[in-house]
Amino acid sequence: MTFDAPDGLYYTESHEWIDPDGNTARIGITDFAQDELGDIVFVELPATDTELDAGDELAVIESIKAVSDVYTPVAGVVVAGNEAVGAEPELVNDDPYGDGWLIEVEVDEDLDTDSLLSAAEYRDQIE
Amino acid sequence: MSTRKPPLYEKHLQSGADFTDFGGWDMPVSFDSIRTEHAAVRDSVGIFDVSHMGEVTVGGPDAAELMNRLTTNDVTELDPGDAQYACILSEDGTLIDDTVVYFQPDGEEYLFVPNAGNDEAMADRWTDHAGAHDLEATVTNRTGELGMAAVQGPDAVETVQTAATGSLEDVSRFSARDTTINGADCLAARTGYTGEDGFELLFDADDSEAVWEAFADVQPCGLGARDTLRLDAGLLLSGQDFHPEDEPRTPYEARLGFVVDDSKPFFVGQAALQDAADPEELLVGLELDERAVPRHGYPILHDGEQLGHVTSGTMSPTLEVPIALGYVDAAYADEGTSLAVEIRDRAAAATVVSHRFLQEYRD
Repeated sequence: MTFDAPDGLYYTESHEWIDPDGNTARIGITDFAQDELGDIVFVELPATDTELDAGDELAVIESIKAVSDVYTPVAGVVVAGNEAVGAEPELVNDDPYGDGWLIEVEVDEDLDTDSLLSAAEYRDQIE
Repeated sequence: MSTRKPPLYEKHLQSGADFTDFGGWDMPVSFDSIRTEHAAVRDSVGIFDVSHMGEVTVGGPDAAELMNRLTTNDVTELDPGDAQYACILSEDGTLIDDTVVYFQPDGEEYLFVPNAGNDEAMADRWTDHAGAHDLEATVTNRTGELGMAAVQGPDAVETVQTAATGSLEDVSRFSARDTTINGADCLAARTGYTGEDGFELLFDADDSEAVWEAFADVQPCGLGARDTLRLDAGLLLSGQDFHPEDEPRTPYEARLGFVVDDSKPFFVGQAALQDAADPEELLVGLELDERAVPRHGYPILHDGEQLGHVTSGTMSPTLEVPIALGYVDAAYADEGTSLAVEIRDRAAAATVVSHRFLQEYRD
């Protein structure tokens, strides 16, 4: 089975994706991660204005099978949580890079992309 | 413990199933998505490989006596081809396992189905008990020789009927008949663990592929959907909702008193149950009032005080609400009681409801 990992995004070894846009970044979990979790039934997101350090928990995702923590790879302040996944958690399964995004953060400083994986590097990891 | 594999392991692997260890068996947890498989069984039909379930046969002149001494229900009520649910207890009256007992259609022997991983212990228990009480009975653990599949759902009877030689439609609930499916001799028992109608099929392990292929058009389902389906129906999972060491429970605490036949002269655990009919804790069904998922081990609270814990929980794909089974102080076990489940340091409001969630939903 092959999993989608679009070019232009950055990835973590723990299967989050980051899409920087100026001084904000949108974060979600990868296609591989949603498949591993199975049917997602609940997503708990941090409140707007929550300050996150790199490595902090940014979401709790519950599938029918298990509960999983999602960690932010970048420090910043939460400027938006995706309310749609609160009402329809299955969006994370159906469209992990689109409607199933999790949060947007205003990053503290320039995104350190050296510590992140490119799409090609991430695809190598999950092969 | 070495991992045991069902006869269809390679076939499941090729079909892309995900696997999990269950009772020492490497079994498919899902073929598709749990939601899809669950819906197939609720709405039409699905098939499960349940070859991890144990099969032990008991024959000989004292077979009925032995069965009656080691299970809580009365096997002498069974006619050939009948099946019966029962508990297996320790001396202190707590559940070791639950099982379905079949009186084979030929009337020659009993076959009972212990849960995954319990077959050797139960066969030894039966053998040792027969020896200790001079009972003339032959106990054979046939788990390795037999395969088992469950075809479940509102369309299951028609589906199995189409595949089988001879009529099965007049086989009533909790009875069984010998039949042939795709050339394989099967015991077709109208039993199951999903809250739906259907058949459990027992056959020679070598015939597993022939039987499975007879249902090639039926949605294959894994243990993930089996768990959400049984929980919807309020059916207990051995080793989780009760466990000899981690969760020792009497049948009364577990609401299984309906399979305890006190009129029998003796069964193991009977004496201990004399004082257990009014338990201090009871199994309850809980429906959460908000979107969060209760899991095994989570505390159940009342006014911030813990008075029990969850043994099984899920987001029910049928009811579309979070549900749980758990044990609480009997004073708080009445339906309608407001409780809470502690989920990640937060008290999620919950209400005690019938643990037969599906039945209530359909009523």
